[in-house]
Amino acid sequence: MISISLPRFTKFQAAVHIAAWIPLALLVFNWFTNNLTFNPIQALELRTGKYALVLLILALACTPLNTVFGFRQAIKVRRALGLYAFMYASIHFLIFIGLDYQFDLILLQEAIFEKRYAFVGFAAGLILLALAVTSTRGWMKRLGRTWTRLHKLVYLAGILVIVHYVWLVKSDIRIPLLYGALVLTLLILRIPAVRHKASKLRQNRLFNWVRDFSQSWMERIKTTRIQNPAQGE
Amino acid sequence: MEKIKSSEITPESQYLSRREFLKGLGIVSASSMILAACGAQSASSTDIPTDSPANPVNSSPLPATPSPTVIDEPLTSYEAITNYNNYYEFTTDKERVASLAKDFPTSPWQIEVGGLVNKPKTYDLDDISKFSLQERIYRLRCVEAWSMVIPWVGFPLSELLKEVEPTSDAKYVRFETIYDPEKMPGQKVQWYQWPYIEGLRVDEAMHDLTILATGIYGKPLLPQNGAPVRLVVPWKYGFKSIKGIVKIDLVSEMPTSLWMAAAPNEYGFYANVNPEVSHPRWSQASERRIGDNSRTQTLMFNGYEEEVAHLYDGMDLAVNY
Repeated sequence: MISISLPRFTKFQAAVHIAAWIPLALLVFNWFTNNLTFNPIQALELRTGKYALVLLILALACTPLNTVFGFRQAIKVRRALGLYAFMYASIHFLIFIGLDYQFDLILLQEAIFEKRYAFVGFAAGLILLALAVTSTRGWMKRLGRTWTRLHKLVYLAGILVIVHYVWLVKSDIRIPLLYGALVLTLLILRIPAVRHKASKLRQNRLFNWVRDFSQSWMERIKTTRIQNPAQGE
Repeated sequence: MEKIKSSEITPESQYLSRREFLKGLGIVSASSMILAACGAQSASSTDIPTDSPANPVNSSPLPATPSPTVIDEPLTSYEAITNYNNYYEFTTDKERVASLAKDFPTSPWQIEVGGLVNKPKTYDLDDISKFSLQERIYRLRCVEAWSMVIPWVGFPLSELLKEVEPTSDAKYVRFETIYDPEKMPGQKVQWYQWPYIEGLRVDEAMHDLTILATGIYGKPLLPQNGAPVRLVVPWKYGFKSIKGIVKIDLVSEMPTSLWMAAAPNEYGFYANVNPEVSHPRWSQASERRIGDNSRTQTLMFNGYEEEVAHLYDGMDLAVNY
């Protein structure tokens, strides 16, 4: 029934793709219905920046979710999440230079190169650009081992966007630091020693019990579907 | 003062019509303002901005003499002025201040004026209402690089200070906002050292541009804008214009403001609008006018250079930021 030319998405992948477009749809809708505060350009900047940050953190979470928590599906959406983070970061940057500074090069030069928060944000954006361009299979093959090393720059990008956020806020840096703690945790979970120790927690009884319990439920759902094939399709 | 031509300018048409109305009214007993602030409807009604749902009770006009300061720039809408506020006592979310401050009681109210003065006095709203009100159309430049043009109603702070007679030892004026964490949820946030404190040098405080405001657009201030009485110092960043004042002290030492205490390397005592001196973390060269999505150059002393530059003769403004 379904056209074969479409990429085969799991339900989880499809959900991730749909969820990633929703914030953009809402932003466009709110822009045209005048629902973006009395300072709409700033609201657009803050929101697109926040979405890019959240997506980047989710992309960074994929590897530990797989290695430490055994959630293999996460690997399948890692690249997509990274690309969506880049997409929102690009929109964020375009709004900044186009809508906000109206391509005024003198003001932009001062803003980007003389202000440290803008500069680190710009640097993070350049990293994401390089990673997005080389995210295809072709580039992966062409670069070989270098590809892996190059794409480790995403850790640096993660740190830079946190610094960007911390330097941006007026004084109360608690929320940026919360995001920072999240990024730091995801980076620490990649250290081999930490990773091994954390994944050993999976041997833990409680962990097994939760896994078995959820698996038994999955089994039950599957068997019900098989018994009532009409429902599942 | 840049771009200010008091006689030639035609402000927003609706605004002009109100000004004509006020002129016709002449100087009315100031007590009607207090009645309005208490929620009583005065007989007269105003033609601006009638569509505001923000506070229908306070819709009677303040009896202010027309502005001696008119700016050839469109006024920011009443809607924006009353719904986009920095008032951390309620929340750091500018969009939510108005709703959180909606029921904040601003009457009765007392302002204790003391310190190094010959005649300390506690002013209640009735005393405040005895000062003759003027309209002042000022730019307001926030340190976050957005700005508004606001038609304030108020009176020069110097008039109040003259009444209490500062002594010769008084060098600074220290202002304090009400501390009431039960009604101001933002004050429960321990990150900042409440209450809000601000300060001016005595000569800055005595300057004619420095006013205590009690209204906006001819109507009594709403809580989110600092009701019942707030400071307005148009050549300084907005955070200097302290809201909900309960205490004014004349002192000999430079007061430490809340922002100086929170981040001393970023917020200084003077906080004069200055496009040449960047905030350490972001540029102050330009600003965005609320309601108009374009970006404009920020003016030295927010456009009041002619009036106030002499106050800082010989001072290095990059050091005294």
